[in-house]
Amino acid sequence: MDRINCYHCGDDCGNAAISFDSKNFCCNGCKTVYEIFSSNDLSYYYDLQSAAGTTPKVVESKYDFLDTSTIVQRLTEFNDGNLQIVNLYIPSIHCSSCIWVLENLNKLNPAITSSQVDFPKKTVRITYASDTISLKALVVLLARIGYEPNISLADYDNKEKKTDRSLIYKLGVAGFAFGNVMFLSFPEYFDLATSKSDGGEFWLNQYQNVFRWLMFIFSLPVVFYAGRDYFISAVKGLRSKFLNIDVPIALGISVLFLRSTIEIIFDWGPGFFDSLTGLVFFLLLGKFFQQKTYSFLSFERDYKSYFPIAVTRVLSGGKEESIQVHNLKKGDRLLIRNEELIPVDGILIRGNARIDYSFVTGESEPVHKQSGDKIFAGGKQLNDAIEIETLKSVSQSYLTQLWSNAIFQDDKSTKFQSLTDSIGKRFTISVLSIAFAAAAYWLFYDSSKALNVFTAVLIIACPCAIALASPFTLGNMLRIFGRKKFYLKNTQTIEQLAQVDTAIFDKTGTITTAQKSTASYEGMPLTSDEESLLKNTLRASNHPLSRTLYNMLAEQDIITLDEYEEHLGKGVEGSIDGEHIKIGSADFTGYHQDSAALNTSVHINSNNTYKGKYVFHNEYRDGISEVFKNMSETLQLAILSGDNEGEKPRLEQLLPKLTPLFFNQKPENKLEFIKELQNQGKKVMMVGDGLNDAGALAQSDVGIAISENVNVFSPACDGILDATKFKWLYQYILASKKAIKIVKLSFMLSLLYNVVGLYFAVTGQLQPVIAAILMPLSSISIVIFTTVMTNILGRKLK
Amino acid sequence: MSVIYVLLAISLVVAVIFFTAFIVSVKSGQYDDSYTPSVRMLFEDELVKDKPSEEKEKQKKSNK
Repeated sequence: MDRINCYHCGDDCGNAAISFDSKNFCCNGCKTVYEIFSSNDLSYYYDLQSAAGTTPKVVESKYDFLDTSTIVQRLTEFNDGNLQIVNLYIPSIHCSSCIWVLENLNKLNPAITSSQVDFPKKTVRITYASDTISLKALVVLLARIGYEPNISLADYDNKEKKTDRSLIYKLGVAGFAFGNVMFLSFPEYFDLATSKSDGGEFWLNQYQNVFRWLMFIFSLPVVFYAGRDYFISAVKGLRSKFLNIDVPIALGISVLFLRSTIEIIFDWGPGFFDSLTGLVFFLLLGKFFQQKTYSFLSFERDYKSYFPIAVTRVLSGGKEESIQVHNLKKGDRLLIRNEELIPVDGILIRGNARIDYSFVTGESEPVHKQSGDKIFAGGKQLNDAIEIETLKSVSQSYLTQLWSNAIFQDDKSTKFQSLTDSIGKRFTISVLSIAFAAAAYWLFYDSSKALNVFTAVLIIACPCAIALASPFTLGNMLRIFGRKKFYLKNTQTIEQLAQVDTAIFDKTGTITTAQKSTASYEGMPLTSDEESLLKNTLRASNHPLSRTLYNMLAEQDIITLDEYEEHLGKGVEGSIDGEHIKIGSADFTGYHQDSAALNTSVHINSNNTYKGKYVFHNEYRDGISEVFKNMSETLQLAILSGDNEGEKPRLEQLLPKLTPLFFNQKPENKLEFIKELQNQGKKVMMVGDGLNDAGALAQSDVGIAISENVNVFSPACDGILDATKFKWLYQYILASKKAIKIVKLSFMLSLLYNVVGLYFAVTGQLQPVIAAILMPLSSISIVIFTTVMTNILGRKLK
Repeated sequence: MSVIYVLLAISLVVAVIFFTAFIVSVKSGQYDDSYTPSVRMLFEDELVKDKPSEEKEKQKKSNK
């Protein structure tokens, strides 16, 4: 069959293509966007990149809260009454067409004076005249063209998001000083052996002091501004009685600076200002390289990033008003419209609730609720409007109180001792003892040289290359993983990943796919007439289960039903030529034996006799058995599922024998389970997807979120793995282990350089030029070594 | 006064000018987004109807 693809979004149009302007569209939404673009001379959008659009989903009433001036005030960056600037996060930005159309918004509404897209962050900064177009109108306009901004409680709560540029400044200062000091050192380099007393070149000797004091001035901002962090970190480490790698670095920097200053004051020599500035510059370069961030991803999200800012409260007189969710009190009546999120636990009072808990549990199947039922926060209403009465405040709801657990206040990074730091301790001790031993030796033989040798050892042993090995190896590894769609929060995560010995998995949404599910038929076989009737009845229904089942059944001729009726929350029935079929819940079809159905099933009743049921199974991700089999060789595995035991037999088949399976686990249970394992000394990796795994992800040593769409959702974690790459997870763990090996190898290499340098230092013949050559040489060779090695490693990865 | 002082002064002034230019560019946010400008510079002649002068102006505004 020929597939017709939508001109706007590129999706398959199915049988119901809408033809407009001799182009095909999958739905009215896409057609409308095309109309808007073409009537405003923006059709270049489609030339830039074909089928670039996103189907708009507009529920205008969803943005009613944007009429409230206090909320507008908090969301806007700038607001003087008639000009407002707002920075909106738009997850659907994905190509150059998006940039182009969003930067030409003024063609759609002249009140928008300028708009600028930040593609890596997926934000657009819009300046507009607020007396002509309100923030709400602006957001609705964006939503109508398929660029719906994501406005959440997090935007409301933390307004100030300052970008930290201090590292770039420091790098700039150090680089600037390094370059200039190098230039100013040139006279000294060429005039090595010829000082004034040896009858050296008069011209250079005369101006020696000018050059030296200029170098001194250049080195001041390097030591006191650019290198400040190393001193702070070293002091912090020493205070907590812990020798980190920054201790020898800080020691090296201060000795370099002091000795050089004293040398030029007493005119003993040129000092080591070139090495000093170079050292700080290279160290900062390593830091900069390590600091790769995926600005469009957030690893710190909590429920606030998903919750709305305000909801509609129904007052006793039937009046409706927007209320900020923090102000909700117990007993408030809320109106939740289609596609709106329920921010608080409550009781359903009125309406037909079909709630999608997919981002809480990962389960894609919506849940039906009847009035009087308890509803938990975090679900999204999919039908028409419902009314609920709140039972708790937002922060005390079932889901959100998970965040009051102390684990969310903990900073994981402070607990972890990195490989570099653990080497730093031994390194510092040995360097200090070599320095003292050498000084003692020279005190005995030639006391004038003792101080010289002592400082020379500290200078040459400054662990620049060691400090660079880990940032460059792991930083490069981070980029390689990123290209494979495995996004890690920081380089430390790679080190932790390499140490993992236990892996815990969530079931729904993690090892099962959210999109696909399969169904098998159990019961009396259906006749071909019944099959045709079944398919045609399902065709008319919009229920997600009906749609799934419809797509799975074999093609049938399309016939028009004589009668069709949909019973909300129960099922559908249809009839033709006296044949009658009922499809739906067990009660609806008159099936009573099935008391404890664990799996979702759809029952069939034909002409008032019960026929059988379609049982839906989770579809497991590709290659899941394989992954688990490989992993079980080196890792301890377990499954923690929030679901019932319905899938237990199938899981047992798929997974290696004796893999522990735990069902009916609440979010707190998962967290406690991991804590328990950690108390036994295990290094635990948690792989999950929903907000209900958030506690476990935070508690684990490495929390990895699986995501079908990286842009949409992921709870706070250390890494985000694209769902299609799930089967390579174990390869990534092995690659991390190899990366750590590379770091260790580079440590050996840099120690070699240190031994060579120490030879010069201990024998008292360290010339500034040797330090100036050795230091960059060791650093650069380490950088080349690690980059080449990690790239070889990365090439093997899929 | 020796010419070396003049030369040093000139070289320092030049270096400091570049350094200030760097600081100013970081401050204005040039290093915050290193991707979008590379795409933006390739947009041109995107109008279907011919209104070049007006469009250029708007393009300028939106690129601010």
